Amino acid sequence: MELLNKSLRELGNLIRKKELKPSELLETLLKRIEETEEKLNAYITVTEEEARKRVEVADRELEKLSEDEIPELFGIPISIKDNINVEGVRMTCASKILKDFISPYDATVVKRLRERGAIFIGKNNLDEFAMGSSTETSYFGPTRNPWDLERVPGGSSGGSAAAVSARSALASLGSDTGGSIRQPASFCGVVGLKPTYGRVSRYGLTAFASSLDQIGPITKNVEDAALLMNIISGQDSKDATSAKVPVPDFLSSINGEVKGLKAGLPKEYFVEGIEPEVKEKVFEAVKRLESLGIEFEEISLPHTAYAVETYYIIAPAEASSNLGRFDGVRYTYRAKDYKDLIDMYKKTRAEGFGDEVKRRIMIGTYTLSAGYYDAYYLKAQKVRTLIYRDFEESFKKVDFIVTPVSPTTAFKIGERTDDPIKMYLSDIFTIAVNLAGLPALSMPCGFDSSGLPIGIQFIGKAFDEETILKVGNALEKELKLNTLPPL
Amino acid sequence: MEFEAVIGLEVHAQLLTKTKIFCSCKNEFGAPPNTNVCPVCLGMPGSLPVLNKRAVEYAVKAALALNCKINRYSVFARKHYFYPDLPKAYQITQYELPFAENGWVEIEKSDGTKKRIRIKRIHMEEDAGKTIHGEGFDENSYVDLNRAGTPLIEIVSEPDISTPEEARLYMQKLRDILVWIGVNDGNLEEGSLRCDANVSIRPKGSKELGTRTEIKNVNSFRFIQKALEYEIERQIKVVKSGGKVVQETRLFDSQKGITKTMRTKEEAEDYRYFPEPDLPPLIIDDEWLESIRESLPELPDQVKERFISDYGVTSYDASILVREKELAEFFERAAKAYKGEAKRVANIIISDLLGVLNEAKLDISDSPVTPEGIAGLLTLVDNGTISIRVAKEEVLPEMVRSGKSPEVIVKEKGLVQISDESALREVIKKVMAGNEKAVKQYREGNEKQKQKAVKFLIGQVMKETKGKANPRLLNELIPKVLEEG
Repeated sequence: MELLNKSLRELGNLIRKKELKPSELLETLLKRIEETEEKLNAYITVTEEEARKRVEVADRELEKLSEDEIPELFGIPISIKDNINVEGVRMTCASKILKDFISPYDATVVKRLRERGAIFIGKNNLDEFAMGSSTETSYFGPTRNPWDLERVPGGSSGGSAAAVSARSALASLGSDTGGSIRQPASFCGVVGLKPTYGRVSRYGLTAFASSLDQIGPITKNVEDAALLMNIISGQDSKDATSAKVPVPDFLSSINGEVKGLKAGLPKEYFVEGIEPEVKEKVFEAVKRLESLGIEFEEISLPHTAYAVETYYIIAPAEASSNLGRFDGVRYTYRAKDYKDLIDMYKKTRAEGFGDEVKRRIMIGTYTLSAGYYDAYYLKAQKVRTLIYRDFEESFKKVDFIVTPVSPTTAFKIGERTDDPIKMYLSDIFTIAVNLAGLPALSMPCGFDSSGLPIGIQFIGKAFDEETILKVGNALEKELKLNTLPPL
Repeated sequence: MEFEAVIGLEVHAQLLTKTKIFCSCKNEFGAPPNTNVCPVCLGMPGSLPVLNKRAVEYAVKAALALNCKINRYSVFARKHYFYPDLPKAYQITQYELPFAENGWVEIEKSDGTKKRIRIKRIHMEEDAGKTIHGEGFDENSYVDLNRAGTPLIEIVSEPDISTPEEARLYMQKLRDILVWIGVNDGNLEEGSLRCDANVSIRPKGSKELGTRTEIKNVNSFRFIQKALEYEIERQIKVVKSGGKVVQETRLFDSQKGITKTMRTKEEAEDYRYFPEPDLPPLIIDDEWLESIRESLPELPDQVKERFISDYGVTSYDASILVREKELAEFFERAAKAYKGEAKRVANIIISDLLGVLNEAKLDISDSPVTPEGIAGLLTLVDNGTISIRVAKEEVLPEMVRSGKSPEVIVKEKGLVQISDESALREVIKKVMAGNEKAVKQYREGNEKQKQKAVKFLIGQVMKETKGKANPRLLNELIPKVLEEG
């Protein structure tokens, strides 16, 4: 456990100095996965054999390489949310419809990690097609929260967050469309970063809502997140929406000075529906940051009130379009009996998709229909602009914004599955960030009375992940929380 | 009551880029099924489109050649429908903001009158794959996605077309222009150009539009005309018998020459268009637009006008010469190399060279005869070395066969014309001796009979000399020798 608790940089150094063999690290990790999986169900696929083959090669190569030839993730196993393509590995998106799909290609993020020496250990559980906030809609069964096995890990990147929290993953990549990295990170007491839209290539990420999706790291600490960001960020010729913006060295800038930074506290984020303990811990963290010389002021993000509604027009609309390709013709599950093509489509999709996915496909299909498009989709896009402008205004005054990640700590499995609206509201503080395309960091800031982690969110200016990582790193050092769950 | 038709065409033209519109797969016809494919054109989960710059340039080139206004800001959209050969279940196209609008082309009808057909818009989109249905006992259907992602432009005309003939001429004109500027191969059989026609009828002179039907996939010039002729007649019959034309999509059955209902308006699909979130808006800046404009060659109509004014070619010949860019270039080079009248160059190319090439199954672009060769051939005729008949019948075919220059062929085959008077006199005398009847006819006959006799004797001399006698000289000499007795 001591080994698995180390940061990526520490592990990299041990390997570089040849004090640790990639095979030793892998075996330790595989043992931990074996110990925890029965309880957690954080992985859909563990690519044990493939990983063993790779570390065998890595062990040998290591002998031949000099210290400075060895890349920072050499021989370090990383896990990937199961909606991101890894060549030759099954990618299910936690759906029956893709249960046997073997991916023919690497996502750009995977390719970039590979180039820095990483190996891949497996695919983490998620809500079906990343639609959900609890990882309960997975065809492969729910993932459990390592802090309390009766509770959800959050979602949709619940498998990634649970695994990193339980140390059955050293680090993972998740995806965030409305909070899917940050909310589970918060529920599991780990760090999650949703980068600026366009900062990280989406090539190879199964699209849920194309204009909102971003891949980001889920890690034990802020430094690991910065390290992974250094590798996965940057323009990609395969993603036309990836931005041509220079990538700073996040790892070296996290230790920078935070004194004198200005932070905003949006008044709309600390009102109704928020659990008192969550609010309390966030404010305690604010005090600690103040003690480090950060100045706080109240700001207003008035259109946040419409964020959830706006999101639930735009995201399902894009999802209904993106999921059309799962039609039984090519690589998906296909219904057994059908009388003609249309019947095959209907049955395949009826049998292959779960309820939540179908619900969103129906909402999206409806709002994009002729005669409704203007009233829903187009209107939602206008509100989206207003939400963005709120942030733009605020960022004239402050360098970053502080909010809770979720109004509550992890809820019980089954508690909200019958109430989609209540489920949707658990993303109320994270959704506006995706609509505005901004970066946001989620990290632990304390525990509630039952010992469940509470998360704090730092929202940054577009392409300014540096500031929020720096602040996160400062807070982490200040709080020195024990984030190892009692599993 | 007399009726008139109102026709608008939607023409899909494949762009001749090396690679597909959103990925780097090869764009070619006829490869083994599903070999030119990748995660992007297969619509694999997680794949994303990246716009091919060359496809944009070809599309803009076409739009400029069709006199369109180029929109500097245009937006891609998704058009949704389910079909096995549409891998993403949506087609990436342009909807509300196409890249080009408000153009026109001019057609010339068989009676020589010209008409302008306005173009409403041109947008860029990707082609779908192909579904092939099994034959006989094979109940399977097969999907080939090689074509999926082929760059297309859809050219939408205004309803300015009034007759099936005009529709055909418009389509032919589009083809000629697109092939001329090198963005399309003009191959209708391979689906490089495909046409859907919208047609309605109304009482002649009326301003109101009738209910239209859309005829899908009329993919040859002949079929466009035939399908529209049938459909117009059908609609007139419906209206005359007191019925109403139903708004619907119809399919042309080329075997039977009729159109049949495919789907009615009620069954029409809702394509749920929305802006493509994976592609940023297409921005064409001044610099880019200018560089594309500069790459555009002189267009066929302009070249035709120039051929008429600069080379004195007839309008008819000029329009034949500009049917293909290579042909026009061939003519111009030959005309420049030739000292005499360019009209004669046009004449020998059109009435002789093309025929000989055609027999040898060769295109002008792979003609073994060079433009300079044509100029040389005509020069040999002009300086009396060979007759025009020998030039056309003997030398030109040999030029095509062997690729040799006319001078070499004339020398090798001994085709030099006999222009030596004394030598010709010998031959004439010999022929006269063998044809006393004709000689007698000349001497005793009237003017008409005289002429007939001369003509006959010319033919005999030609036969004797294997056509090498100088005809002009012969014309003068024969009566002279006859008179001399």
